[in-house]
Amino acid sequence: MTATVIRNGRVIDPANKQDEIVDLLIIDGKIADVSQLSTLNSQPEEIDARDLIVCPGLIDMHVHLREPGFSHKETIESGARAAAAGGFTTVLCMPNTSPAADNPSTIAWIKDRAAAVACVNVLPSGAISKNLGGEELSPIGSLAQAGVVAISDDGYCVQNHEVMRRAVEYARMVGLPVLDHCQDYNLVGNGVVHEGYWSILLGLPGWPAAGEEAMVMRNILLAELCDHHIHCQHITTAGSVRLIREARARGIKISGEVCPHHITLTDEAIQHFDTNYKMNPPLRSQTDVDALLEGIADGTLSILCSDHAPHAEFEKEVEFDAAPFGIIGLETELGLFLDQLVHKHNKIDIARVIAMYTVEPARLLKIDAGTLSVGARGDVTLVNPGLEWTVSVDRFESASRNSPFGGWKLKGRAVRTIVGGKTVWTL
Amino acid sequence: MKQTNQNSPAALPIMDAEAIRRALRRIAHEIVERNPRLEKIVLAGIPSRGVEIARRIAAFIHEIEKIDIETGVIDVAMHRDDVGTRTELPVVRASKLPVPLEERTVIIADDVLYTGRTVRAAMDAINSFGRPARIQLAVLVDRGHRELPIRPDYVGKNLPTSGSEKVRVRLEQTDGEPDAVHLERE
Amino acid sequence: MTTRWTRKDLLGLRELSADEINFILETADAFKQVGTREIKKVPALRGKTLVNFFVEPSTRTRTSFELAAFRLSADVINISATTSSLTKGETLKDTARNLQALHADILVLRHSSAGAPQFLANRLKASVVNAGDGAHEHPTQALLDLYTIRERRGKIAELRVAIIGDILFSRVARSNIFGLLKLGARVTLVGPSTLVPREFEKLGVEVSHKIDDVLPQADVVNLLRIQHERQRKEYFPGIGEYIRLFGLTKKRAKLLKPDCLIMHPGPINRGVEIDSEVADGLQSVILDQVTNGLAVRMAVLYLCGGIAT
Repeated sequence: MTATVIRNGRVIDPANKQDEIVDLLIIDGKIADVSQLSTLNSQPEEIDARDLIVCPGLIDMHVHLREPGFSHKETIESGARAAAAGGFTTVLCMPNTSPAADNPSTIAWIKDRAAAVACVNVLPSGAISKNLGGEELSPIGSLAQAGVVAISDDGYCVQNHEVMRRAVEYARMVGLPVLDHCQDYNLVGNGVVHEGYWSILLGLPGWPAAGEEAMVMRNILLAELCDHHIHCQHITTAGSVRLIREARARGIKISGEVCPHHITLTDEAIQHFDTNYKMNPPLRSQTDVDALLEGIADGTLSILCSDHAPHAEFEKEVEFDAAPFGIIGLETELGLFLDQLVHKHNKIDIARVIAMYTVEPARLLKIDAGTLSVGARGDVTLVNPGLEWTVSVDRFESASRNSPFGGWKLKGRAVRTIVGGKTVWTL
Repeated sequence: MKQTNQNSPAALPIMDAEAIRRALRRIAHEIVERNPRLEKIVLAGIPSRGVEIARRIAAFIHEIEKIDIETGVIDVAMHRDDVGTRTELPVVRASKLPVPLEERTVIIADDVLYTGRTVRAAMDAINSFGRPARIQLAVLVDRGHRELPIRPDYVGKNLPTSGSEKVRVRLEQTDGEPDAVHLERE
Repeated sequence: MTTRWTRKDLLGLRELSADEINFILETADAFKQVGTREIKKVPALRGKTLVNFFVEPSTRTRTSFELAAFRLSADVINISATTSSLTKGETLKDTARNLQALHADILVLRHSSAGAPQFLANRLKASVVNAGDGAHEHPTQALLDLYTIRERRGKIAELRVAIIGDILFSRVARSNIFGLLKLGARVTLVGPSTLVPREFEKLGVEVSHKIDDVLPQADVVNLLRIQHERQRKEYFPGIGEYIRLFGLTKKRAKLLKPDCLIMHPGPINRGVEIDSEVADGLQSVILDQVTNGLAVRMAVLYLCGGIAT
């Protein structure tokens, strides 16, 4: 028997509406009733959590770990280490690998690999369509049996509404939520930056807000038609927030997530053509940022995530429109959200940030995580909400360095990550 | 009037307005003596004080001989040999010389003759306009320390200097200060 | 007025001050005069190596830069997309680093990607001169346009300049907008709403879709080349309709003030954006633009190439 006791921390467990200073006990990898402390037959590991927040292990349901196929960008091992360093005990990896995660054997490979090398829980998602092509359904039932917890064509978007409709209907049968990267290919064209003042000024092809909103609207219609949950990934525009807010008010099974870069940066950042500001969807206008903050504040946008998208330096060190989209985020996202949402804008309290990283994704994905209920997995994150720190790209655990946040001074970060009762990372 | 450092102990007065006037008038006389065909002369000043010096010499020649000799401008910036070694560049002015230059005598006018590199660049520039019969050189002050085999034909004042000293020329029309030459020590 | 030049690169007009733009135009005056000399060559860049690195085809801009470099006594190498190893998969950065290893002093870059010159300027010791990047900027074209306007009209401030055509995809338009506004001109953009979106107004210009209202007011009209290639099919229905709505026909040219200048960056599509007779008419300064382009490019190469790096 192994036991760990975390003493004197402020335990915040939104799933149980708990927020109090108590000790937390983990026995044999599971959360135990603290009263069992007196009956332990051996000395437990003691962790002093005075002045710290003790919360369920955080979940990032939108990361790219790049394996199989792109291990020069990231591996399951390095990506899991980055997750741990960011305070995450569970990540959901996207299926745009090579080969794409559109078949049970690739899923099995990812699970085996994760079991062997990952220090956090790595959950696979499966592709909606074969080879992410948007035309034929992937074997969604077999993927469910192989262990995916969601389907998505992230990085791509099923353009044919009929194909998407059937995918949602089919996913409902097997109980998998559908995650969608919302991008209308015709409206977006070869757009690389938000269509607006800066795209006009710099002559860069514009990616209009309507290109996202058209697909958010489509998803609302299909979620209603199929009576099944569709989750809109990385929402960026004021229009999308409005559409999702209205649909949720009507009881439609639709939800949306937000990435830290979309609330901390605007399209103004692209003016020097630095490819670390190139992401998909792109950085938007201040109006959009304000709408995202409101959407987070009123619960329209219910999940926080990173869209951790590692790329090697040589891939990003090219012309702006030739560079791949995306930035890494696992090791900065909690700090950015705490700093911006809680400290700077005072939009939500820290308990809500934790809820958006724990109970919200856990419920959507129907996974056994995101709570400190007795008997739950002993995944715990210790957060110092007031710790001031400076982002140092060189010290990232990720195999890549494509972050625009180097040098940023942030307030709040994870200081210890515990997976199954075992500390996998500590500051 | 602008503040000047004429009174600073480090600035030694060398020429005042009257001395400059007499020197340029003497140069005008020498040019007339040495060049029987004045209508073939072009007095080409190096911007910006050289242009003013050329103008004044031409005016004296008009006084003496009642003849208007031709003047020109020869900007040397694009002929200098130190391009690529400076961290900032001054504006280049257009050069202006009559063409054809053949059978002409071009007299280069400048305020101070020092290393000779500017004059070399000026000769180079003149040659790109054509092949004058001869080139002469008129300077208000020759301070020595030549780095090239160049010798002035007309000198207002020979002034022995050390390398650490600076010859400061001020002309009313180009500097908005009274005509004067000072020797400054670092 | 700035009395000194300190930049090693010319990436665009947006980053320059009005003083710096005027400085280049004044320097161009001096270099224009070189073209009238018996020996049209000065030693300013003797011993320097200039690479014309054109990753997008262009004959006239490349030729103009090449001749400008010759007149400054620089040695010139021309590399085009077809001969460069970019087609073999080498990155822009590696190709440029190779050129630097060969001690190229000045890199004149034409590239289809906006920001490519800035990308190289940040990474190379050599001077980088933007010869057109995507739909971003084409600073030397705008400088020669400004030079030509200033030469003909004696000033730029307060003039009404109409830029007509495919503004959205035009680097010439953007550089002209930045330069003209900095020097105090009033700019109106004219063209179909798809190619001249209203967002341009945020840059400080007027947008019009009625050419007949704009022409009588204009002191300068700058016509951009109109093409109806594959990627433009969605933007306007066709050349015939374009001419009907926006072409500078002989009939429309009568609306112009007698001293209005007609400009075009070339190559001209005779009978499309401009009628042939109008292009050759007395108000046309299209060939002056070509001549002035040489002086402006000499000035730019002299200034950027003459700075210690």
